[in-house]
Amino acid sequence: MKKYPWLYLVLILIFVLGTLIFLSPLLMTQEKFPSWPIKQKLNLGLDLRGGVQIVLEVDTKDLKSDLSSAVDNNIEIIRNRIDQFGVAEPTIQKMDEKFIVVQLPGVKDPLSAEELVTRQAFLQFKLVADGEVTEKVINQTSENVQRNLNLFPALAKLEKEDQAMRDSLGLADSTRVEQGIFRSLIGTSQNDYVVKQTDIDLMKALLQDSNFQQLVPKDHQFAFESIGARTDQGKGPRTIYVVSRNAQLSGDLLDNARMEIGASTAQDPKIANKPYISLEFNRQGARLFERVTGDNVGKRLAIVVDDMVYSAPYIQDRIPEGKAIITGMFTRTEARSLAILLNNESLNAPLIPYSSTVVGASLGADSIRSGTMAGMIGIIVVIIFMLIYYKLSGLVADFVLIFNIGFILAALTAFGGTLTLPGIAGIILTIGMAVDANVLIFERIREELDAGKTPHTAVDAGYKRTIVTIWDANITTLIAAFVLWRFGTGPIRGFAVTLTIGIVGSMFCAIIFVRAIMEKVMLTGVKKTLSI
Amino acid sequence: MRLFQNANIPFVKIRRTAYVISVILILAGIAGLIINGLNWSIDFTGGMAATINLKPAKAGVPPLQIDKLRNLVTSNGFKDAEVQRYGEVEEAFFLIKVKGSQKEEVKEQLLDIIRDHLPEYVEGRDLENDVIIEINVVGQKAGAAMQSNAILAVLIALVLMVIYIWIRFEFTFGLMAIAALFHDVLIIVGIFALTGKEITIQIIAALLTIVGYSINDTIVIFDRIREDLKIYRKDPVPVVFNRSINRTLNRTIITAGTTLITSLSLYFFGGAVLHDFAFAISLGIIFGTYSSIFVASNLVIDTYQITHKEKKSIQHLTKKK
Repeated sequence: MKKYPWLYLVLILIFVLGTLIFLSPLLMTQEKFPSWPIKQKLNLGLDLRGGVQIVLEVDTKDLKSDLSSAVDNNIEIIRNRIDQFGVAEPTIQKMDEKFIVVQLPGVKDPLSAEELVTRQAFLQFKLVADGEVTEKVINQTSENVQRNLNLFPALAKLEKEDQAMRDSLGLADSTRVEQGIFRSLIGTSQNDYVVKQTDIDLMKALLQDSNFQQLVPKDHQFAFESIGARTDQGKGPRTIYVVSRNAQLSGDLLDNARMEIGASTAQDPKIANKPYISLEFNRQGARLFERVTGDNVGKRLAIVVDDMVYSAPYIQDRIPEGKAIITGMFTRTEARSLAILLNNESLNAPLIPYSSTVVGASLGADSIRSGTMAGMIGIIVVIIFMLIYYKLSGLVADFVLIFNIGFILAALTAFGGTLTLPGIAGIILTIGMAVDANVLIFERIREELDAGKTPHTAVDAGYKRTIVTIWDANITTLIAAFVLWRFGTGPIRGFAVTLTIGIVGSMFCAIIFVRAIMEKVMLTGVKKTLSI
Repeated sequence: MRLFQNANIPFVKIRRTAYVISVILILAGIAGLIINGLNWSIDFTGGMAATINLKPAKAGVPPLQIDKLRNLVTSNGFKDAEVQRYGEVEEAFFLIKVKGSQKEEVKEQLLDIIRDHLPEYVEGRDLENDVIIEINVVGQKAGAAMQSNAILAVLIALVLMVIYIWIRFEFTFGLMAIAALFHDVLIIVGIFALTGKEITIQIIAALLTIVGYSINDTIVIFDRIREDLKIYRKDPVPVVFNRSINRTLNRTIITAGTTLITSLSLYFFGGAVLHDFAFAISLGIIFGTYSSIFVASNLVIDTYQITHKEKKSIQHLTKKK
């Protein structure tokens, strides 16, 4: 401590600032401070907020490619489909070698979710309607929807809110009412039609609704741009296309799809040094593709997978030989995942349902309430005990302990961890154990004081002697936590992560934080006594 | 304020009594394991667990008797179903468990039974969202894999810990620390077998936490022994051991106390889901503390006396690194 005081102070400063920064989203709402840079929020596990968990096994029976890429392909497909399903914050993870865990918060019915996830990919090529037609389709749909507003409670509610706002502001008429509620959901950006981030889920629900589908002019359909084709992970507004209802060409005519990187010497700036996807049709597909492209030069051809538009390139020319490329603002990963989706290879590894769990949100709410209550009671009793038993030193330990809890929550937020019920239990236990390091040190300091040492030397000696013990004891616990994390799944992993963070936090607090306060605040000057 | 001022309890001297108590506890646990076996949850056996609520919406309908529900469920396709009630009679929460392989449509099947035979309890309520609170279906293969994974995890953790203590201390110390761990885990698993409580994934997590806690406790004492062996070179080994255990007693009891406070508050106020978890942890703290004080270091002394390797081991332990 004496040798590098500045190093410790910098560490403490980083620790405190880091904790405060990552705790901040818990305390302030995004709406009030939209420019605050820290956006992560603590995820609640399925057991706390309710939802469906499905575990799927990748069928390896007729596997042609290697297992790991087949699993990755499937995860990519599932992510895309779930996005289409409109579930907020799904988690899709690989487990062991050939299992995929899908968690859908807020979803109740495991059967329909399972069906959606295990269905096989379906690729289609559809013509994008030009600007004039798109405008017409949107307006026509909007008129139809307006007439049948009673079928769409969500839209009706939106309109009512809007009306209330208009009344309160005293405006003559609002844009929503003027254009029809459906029309108001669709804006324009450059040449594309877009839906605001906040309206995406509403729009997705509409597109799935069979009542809505009947109100769209019969030759056309709406289709969202796929989240996989975007660079911003779907944070901004999303493009919506009006495409022909009938496919010009479908994926069964495709022979092969591959991600490639253009040579740096390539003439076309869209290809040079950039990833793109090359397609090869079979003979029948090649003929059809030639005809479709020849008939529609200058139009856009949408590549639609599972009713989501992956890209919509302009047809430059008639394309013979059944070869085509898809260019776009791809990163390598995006190009690869699109190639995966287009390729029949992804269908070689069907998914078998393995287990499914539905957790009621009400049970989750009860668990949070009683878990937090139990935690509060435990913490308060421990804090009071430390205060009585170690007096001023106990107060310091208490202060740091509360800080440690904040650190655990902040670290979980920062690492994108998930708080599960065993995780809460892990935090509460950590509180009990976090005191341990302090108890060890304080007891040793008392012994040294009893032996007649001055407070300064007693603190020094106490720390020197106990640090080895604290390391030994905590490393063994970390071994247990690591094994849990490595071999556990789901909630157990969450528990292991909170336990690990708790151990690291409590070691830091006891060895560095408490010591700094003791030496810099409690033992300033030539004090002869130490309150311990 | 001090808990134990200059404590001098003859822990080493009374170790044989402690051994007898431990052996009785372990034998009782093993007997429980042999007679009752472990009640593995469906996480490990595969099967279905559903929590349903059958509180009638209309006033005047008497609360559903558990026997009636049990008869209905067992006579309509779920022959081996287990039915339990959760909480108050009027609240009418029931837990239905069926072990072994289950079909996907199990939820529909269950809802059909309730709809057909108990209409008065579900009238006017949303079956999917209101009646079924929670349902968990696990494939049999998944369960078996879980079971071997859990056992594997515990074994790997133990082996890694022996290696660590071996490196940091000495082999006898590592071995006896692990013996103390087996002692704790066996007693707790035995209590679970005797009481018929379920071994869920959470309980496995609790067992590993106990392993971590107990080893922590043991190492604090070992560490003090190692230090004192260097200081009091002339004292007989049992005296040094006893002094070290006494000197760390304050810390051992206080830490056990604070951790026990938090786990007991989980047990009493944490709700049904955390109940068994907190039960296992509380037991673990009690037996972990007991084994750290009475079992681990005393076993080291006995091993030394039997193998006559005391001198060599202590030289190894106290040599400057």
